Amino acid sequence: MDILMREDYEVVIGLEVHAELSTKTKIYCNCTTQFGADPNTHCCPICTGMPGTLPVLNEKVVEYAIKMGLATNCEIAKFSKQDRKNYFYPDLPKAYQVSQYDLPLCEHGYIDIVSDIENKKRIGITRIHIEEDAGKLIHDAFTGDTLVDMNRCAVPLIEIVSEPDIRSAKEAVNYMQTLKSILEYLEICDCKMQEGSLRCDVNLSVRKKGSTEFGTRTETKNLNSFKAIERAIEFETNRQIEEIENGGTIIQETRRFDDAKGIGYAMRSKEDAHDYRYFPEPDLAPIVMSEEYIQNLRDNLPEMPHIKKDRYIKDYELSEYDADQLTASKYTANFFEKATAFCNNPKTVANWIMSDFAKMLNESEIEIQESKVTEENLASLIKLIDSGKISSAIAKKVFSEMFNTGEDANKIVEQKGLIQISDEGAIKEIVSKVIEANPKSVSDYHAGKDKALGFLVGQIMKETKGKANPQIVNKLLIELLNS
Amino acid sequence: MSVSKEEVLHIAALSRLNLTDKELEKYTTDLSNIVNYANELANIDIEGVKPTAHILDIKNVFRKDEVEGSYDREKILQNAPTKAAGCITVPKVVE
Repeated sequence: MDILMREDYEVVIGLEVHAELSTKTKIYCNCTTQFGADPNTHCCPICTGMPGTLPVLNEKVVEYAIKMGLATNCEIAKFSKQDRKNYFYPDLPKAYQVSQYDLPLCEHGYIDIVSDIENKKRIGITRIHIEEDAGKLIHDAFTGDTLVDMNRCAVPLIEIVSEPDIRSAKEAVNYMQTLKSILEYLEICDCKMQEGSLRCDVNLSVRKKGSTEFGTRTETKNLNSFKAIERAIEFETNRQIEEIENGGTIIQETRRFDDAKGIGYAMRSKEDAHDYRYFPEPDLAPIVMSEEYIQNLRDNLPEMPHIKKDRYIKDYELSEYDADQLTASKYTANFFEKATAFCNNPKTVANWIMSDFAKMLNESEIEIQESKVTEENLASLIKLIDSGKISSAIAKKVFSEMFNTGEDANKIVEQKGLIQISDEGAIKEIVSKVIEANPKSVSDYHAGKDKALGFLVGQIMKETKGKANPQIVNKLLIELLNS
Repeated sequence: MSVSKEEVLHIAALSRLNLTDKELEKYTTDLSNIVNYANELANIDIEGVKPTAHILDIKNVFRKDEVEGSYDREKILQNAPTKAAGCITVPKVVE
């Protein structure tokens, strides 16, 4: 793709984000929402759409959806209702999905995100409504059949619809990340994207820069990783620009993105796809929440990530970048605060969480709350460094052991005899020994080769198994070499 | 006719129904009669009447979020004409 060609185009994106709510039960029945069970074992006549059954709304669904509305600056509806959205597909046993059409629970909100285009970007939230999830279809390549698992049928969802305010793939990812951290802070969604708890559809069009009219948009469905969102947007942006530059037109269509192949393709066009024939759900009563109820939820909202971030900068004197990294996940923020309370060294705690710890979490593909390292353990390790009992180099080894076994830092240091040697007499002895054993390096040093000094330090560390206090080693080595 | 043949075919397609020519005639007449009957409501003066979201004067019918047992799989699937591996099977859906 020609860079110049891209620069006179602008991409316009709106996201529809689906978040599965972490209620214990489904939206209209008492079946569990637990993930990963044997197919069709979390089902009853209500969630499988048997005739004559009566759905009853889970009160937590209303509470969670309103919390999300409040946290994203929405107006909460005084009067809300549910509607049937009719479409025929085997993952939907009733042949309609209960959703909300014209009177959603929350409307007209916004969130602020970090942008690669401008300093601070505000993304409008059109609406947040409640609805039920569909079942899962498994395609059996062997028999050619499609298997229907209805465990996920009627798991509660909120759909968060943004305004078409997003102008780049990076902004879309940041918006999604911000929503994810808000959902986590509110504890209303487990946000496990690989399990489909959080996923999004991307509405995208392109236009010549300066134009105020929207181009024809396409909708790429069901993206469930940040990487897939970014790549799908880049792919679709390029595809649309190329199509227009080649004299073609964009067709409004539903598309899929194949993450493995990195390409998007149009789904078999269903001309009637958008004829959902919404009508009010006669089996469910309207939702009318009182001012007191909403105020009570508002008063009890937890500290939101952007507020926490400002507090970290102010109270812990962290950089904006560090504060941003630490507050992105509620779990990381909690870990940071607890560990800091134990050792009173926020900067070092932050460094460990963002460097060695983050690296090992990444490598083993787990989240901080799943790690064996506790807040107290990390704090103990930092105390050992701060008091000079172990060197930073040794600390890295101890941490790796802590990460793998969950053992206490003090215990590891004690058992393995890793306490730093700061006794000048003991170190001096070893330094002299190393100098005697390496006459060549000594003469190299005197000939002005700096590398020789590093080699000698290395030998001393080897001799002490890395335990010698490096400042003292350096000091004594230079002293003895020059004496 | 207040409902056209095209509209009946459209609704039939959405419901995955195949209609014979005879059925198409019949349903076009039947549905037209139903819609005509319902359209009588349009003549009623509704000045000052609020939109109806539910026919009963009720609101906030909620359930507590407490798990109760689901049904045995055999029972849930007992009416399914074809099944395999604990699932209902349907003709291949291509997307």
